[in-house]
Order: sequence, then C-alpha cells, then structure tokens
Amino acid sequence: MVPLSYYLVLSGILFASGVTGFLIKRNLITIFMSIELMLNGVNLSFVAFAAHWQKLSGQVFVFFVMVVAAAEAAVGLAIIISVFRTRQTLNVDQVNLLKL
Amino acid sequence: MLHLILFLAFGAVCVAGAVNLLVQRHPINSALSLVVVMGALAGEYLLLGAEFLGAIQVIVYAGAIMVLFVFVIMLLNAGEEERTKGSRVALLFGVPGMLAGSLLIAWVLLHSDMGSVEVGALLGSPKAIARLLFHDFLLPFEVTSVLVLIAIMGAVVLAARSEVAQPKQEKEN
Repeated sequence: MVPLSYYLVLSGILFASGVTGFLIKRNLITIFMSIELMLNGVNLSFVAFAAHWQKLSGQVFVFFVMVVAAAEAAVGLAIIISVFRTRQTLNVDQVNLLKL
Repeated sequence: MLHLILFLAFGAVCVAGAVNLLVQRHPINSALSLVVVMGALAGEYLLLGAEFLGAIQVIVYAGAIMVLFVFVIMLLNAGEEERTKGSRVALLFGVPGMLAGSLLIAWVLLHSDMGSVEVGALLGSPKAIARLLFHDFLLPFEVTSVLVLIAIMGAVVLAARSEVAQPKQEKEN
C-alpha cells in the first residue's frame, strides 16, 4: 500500500531534475539526456494512474511514449552528429545557428 | 509494508541517479547515471504490476536508446563540458521560484487524499497489453510504425556524410 501521491512526487522530482539539467547543462548530448529524463518522469505518473484507476490504457500510452522517444533519440542524435561535423563543438553557447 | 520499503528503495536510487546526472560533468558519466535511473524505474513499474513495461523499459530505454547515446558520445569524443557563467537573474529569481513551486506542488499532492496503489492491483501482462493494443489502439499503433520509418530515414539522411556536396565545393575552390 503506497499512496498515489508518493508516486506523483517521485515523478515530479524526476521531471524537475530533467528541466534543471536542460537549463544548466552546456553539452548538447547531456541536454538531450535531460529530455529523456523528463519523459521517464511522465511515464511513471502514467503507470501510477493506470494502476490507480484500474485502466490498462495508461500503460499503452507509456508504450507509445517509448516509441516516440526512440524515434526522437535517433533523429536528435543524427542532428547532433551533423552539428558536430560543421562546428567541431558540442557546447550550446557556440551553437546558436541552426544552419548546418 | 514491503511494497513501501521497495518503493522507497527504488525511488532513492532514481533520485540519486537523476542528481548524479546533473552533477557529473563528463557526458559518459551522465549517460551511465541515466541508465541507473531507467533501471530503477523498471523496478517501480514491476511494483505497479506493469510487467510488460518493466521489460520494455530495460530492453528499449536502458538498452537500445542508451547504447545509442553512449555510441554517439564515443563517436564524437565528447570531453568534459566547459563551465560557463549563468545569468544572475536566473540565480536570484529562478532557483527560489523553482524551489517554492516544487514545494507547493509536493505539499498539495501529499495533502490531498487520492487513495493508494496496491501491488499487483492491475496486471499489465503482455497478453492484456496486446489485446488492448491490437483492438482499441490499432490505428495509433499502425501510425507509430510509419513514424518510426520516417525517423529511420531522417536519421540516415541527417547523419550521412554528404558525398555529393563535397566535390561541388572543391570545384568552387
């Protein structure tokens, strides 16, 4: 017996640390990992609500989120590689143009 | 009681990994702590009865996606990140504002009686998930396959060295 609010607070902590990492990190790849952390935090609250309301649809949504995250990771890392080829740096302060 | 202890243990590992991700300065250390977070989250999913998602979390997230990250970090030979000065306004208003906001949300959540979750209350076995996925969510599932196909093509196009563009530049030079 764990209160639902505990799960929501844990999910909130994960999401907040993802946001913090997104804001304070200066490395493109680490920023990208912070986004994955945020997605994981949201997934946990989906699963907790699914168990609370006895609806399996919540778990199917998590499945879809994972698929989208995989697609996003593939495209995002390809963009990072492409940016690195032209800039020779991963520091976001020096990557202020989207032009490749 | 055991449920609560396991929840707190996995949760502590999760939070420790997330904090370590923020503190570490080398991307590879951050990536490995993210693997720890995802593994602990798989444990939380198992506690909630989501067996299928727990397995998928380890295979897809901690396995496939993180291997992709580690490969890219090694491929680009990413070193320690440089420390740059943040703005003082962010330090003055952002940090206290975020602390106040998160404390408020946590207080509201903890003081609202939303009931509790019992272990094994809802069993997300592969059979049950598949029944839902191929009946009620058939169209989104099929659209997902198109999305993944587009993502694969996009990744190949973006990451491929532009062999065609280079001879042109040489001619211009």
